[in-house]
Amino acid sequence: MPSVTYVNSNGSRKTVSVAAGKSIMAAAVENNIDGIVGQCGGNAICGTCHVYVDPSQLSLLEPARDDEAATLEIVAAERRPNSRLGCQIEVKPELDGLVVEMPEYQL
Amino acid sequence: MSKSSIVIAGAGQAGFQAAASLREKGHDGSIVLVGDEPSLPYQHPPLSKSYLLGKLDHAALQFRPESFFRENRIEHRAGLKIETIDREAHQAVLQNGEAIPYDHLILALGARNRPLPVPGAGLKGVFQLRTVEDADALRESLDRGRQVVVIGGGFIGLEFATIAAERGAEVTVIETADRPMARVLSKEMSSYFRTVHEAHGIRFIFGATAARLSGNSKVEVVETLDGQQFPADLVLVCIGVIPNTEIASQAGLATGNGIIVNEYLVTSDPTISAIGDCALHPNPYAASGIIRLESVQGAVDQARCVADRLTGHPAPYCSLPWFWSEQGTLRLQIAGLTQPHDHTVVRKSPPGEKEGMSVYCFRANRLVGVESANRPLDHALARKLLSGKGETPGPEQVATADFELKAWVKD
Repeated sequence: MPSVTYVNSNGSRKTVSVAAGKSIMAAAVENNIDGIVGQCGGNAICGTCHVYVDPSQLSLLEPARDDEAATLEIVAAERRPNSRLGCQIEVKPELDGLVVEMPEYQL
Repeated sequence: MSKSSIVIAGAGQAGFQAAASLREKGHDGSIVLVGDEPSLPYQHPPLSKSYLLGKLDHAALQFRPESFFRENRIEHRAGLKIETIDREAHQAVLQNGEAIPYDHLILALGARNRPLPVPGAGLKGVFQLRTVEDADALRESLDRGRQVVVIGGGFIGLEFATIAAERGAEVTVIETADRPMARVLSKEMSSYFRTVHEAHGIRFIFGATAARLSGNSKVEVVETLDGQQFPADLVLVCIGVIPNTEIASQAGLATGNGIIVNEYLVTSDPTISAIGDCALHPNPYAASGIIRLESVQGAVDQARCVADRLTGHPAPYCSLPWFWSEQGTLRLQIAGLTQPHDHTVVRKSPPGEKEGMSVYCFRANRLVGVESANRPLDHALARKLLSGKGETPGPEQVATADFELKAWVKD
C-alpha cells in the first residue's frame, strides 16, 4: 500500500500505509492523526482538512476542482500555493511517499 | 488545568465534538460521553447522501476510531440514555439507575423525527431516516422499491428522492407547502430546484397532506386528505424533527422549541449547557434573535464554544450559520440565515461556467444570506463576507451587470 507522511505543525511526523482509493483526510481520521478535522465528511465544503502538500510533489496531483478551489478560499489558516483539501486527494500508487503538512489550526 | 468531571448527554456530532474539543483545549478532568446508539459516534449527513449510495461503508462514517477515545481518555458509554438529571446532587441518572456525577453537564440530545400521525404509518415499507440502522434498512429496500413516495419535501426528503430516481424508481414527493424546501429557501431557489428535479423525473404534489397509508402485508397506497391516491412500495417519511427537550424540562430547565440557553450556551442552570439541534440559542444572525439550528455547523461551533468556556476562555456564541444539501446534480449551499427576507437578487452562472445560480437575500436592504446551487465560490465568499464586520453590498449593487462578490471580501 502507498505510504503517506503527515507532518504536524510542531514538526512531528507520522507515516501510515493507505489503501489506494482512500482520501488523505479519511486516512488521517482512521489513523488518529491530529490536525485534520474533516467536519463535512469529505465533501470539500468545510475546509477543515486543509493540508500543505510538499511543493516538489504538487505536480503529481490532479488540479483542484472548482468546489475545492472555492473552499480553499475559506480555510482558517494561511492559504499557500501548495494548499489542498485532504478529502479531495485520493491516494494511489503514484502518490507513494506523499508528504503533507498540517496547518496550526483548521477551525 | 481543570480536573472537573464533565458528562455529555448525547453522542452525535455536537456531543462528540464537545468531547474532542474539551481534550484538545486542555480539559484534564474526566469526560463521559453517553450515547443511546450502540456504535461509536458517527456522522449523520452521509446517511441520506453517499452512504445511501453505497459509496461509504459503516467504518468510514465514524468520526474517529476506538483508539481515539482511549488515547484521549473519553469514556464513551454506548447504548445508554440519561433518563433524569438530579440537579441538586449533580448527577445524570441512566435508565438502569446508575448515577453519573458531574461538575458540568452538556446536553447534546439532538432531535427525533416527527412521526406521521396517520393510520398505516407503521406498515412495512414505511421508513424514517435518522440512524445508520435506518439507512441500512432503507438502502436494502431501495434496491427493490419501484414506486417510491416521499412524504415531506425538505432537504432529507429531496436528497433521498434524487437517489431513488437515479436508481430508476418512480418517485413522487408529497409536500404540504406550495413549493419544495419552503421553510428554508427563497421562492426563486425553490423553483430552480423544482424545475431541475422535475426534469429528472421526480413528480411533486404540492399543497397535499398524507392522510392514510394502506396495504395488506405492506404499504401499497398513500392517500392524501383531498382523496388523491398514490401507489407505493416504499415510503419515506421526513416531515421535520422534534427537539429532545424532555429530560431538561423535567429537571426544571427552561425550554421552548428547544432547551433555552444564553449567549454562552448555558441553560437556566449554570452547571448545565445545551448545544446542537436541541439548543434554542441567541444568534446574532437570526431575525428573531434566537433560533434552533439543525446543522453540522451549529453542532460543531456550539460544541467548540462550550469547550472554550469550560477550559477558561468564555466567549459568546456568534458563528455564521451555513448549510448544505446534495440533491442529484445540484449542490445547495446556504451562507447566513436567509429567512425571513423581503428582497432577492438572482445571479445565474455566466455562459461557459457550470450551470447554477445564487440568490442574494436581503432584509430591509441588508444582505442576510446567499443561497447557491452549484456555485461553491459564491458560497465561500459569502461566508467570508457575512462573518466579517465589513460593509456588504446592497440590492442595487448586486444587481449590476459587473457585480463581483470577491471585490467585497477583504482578506
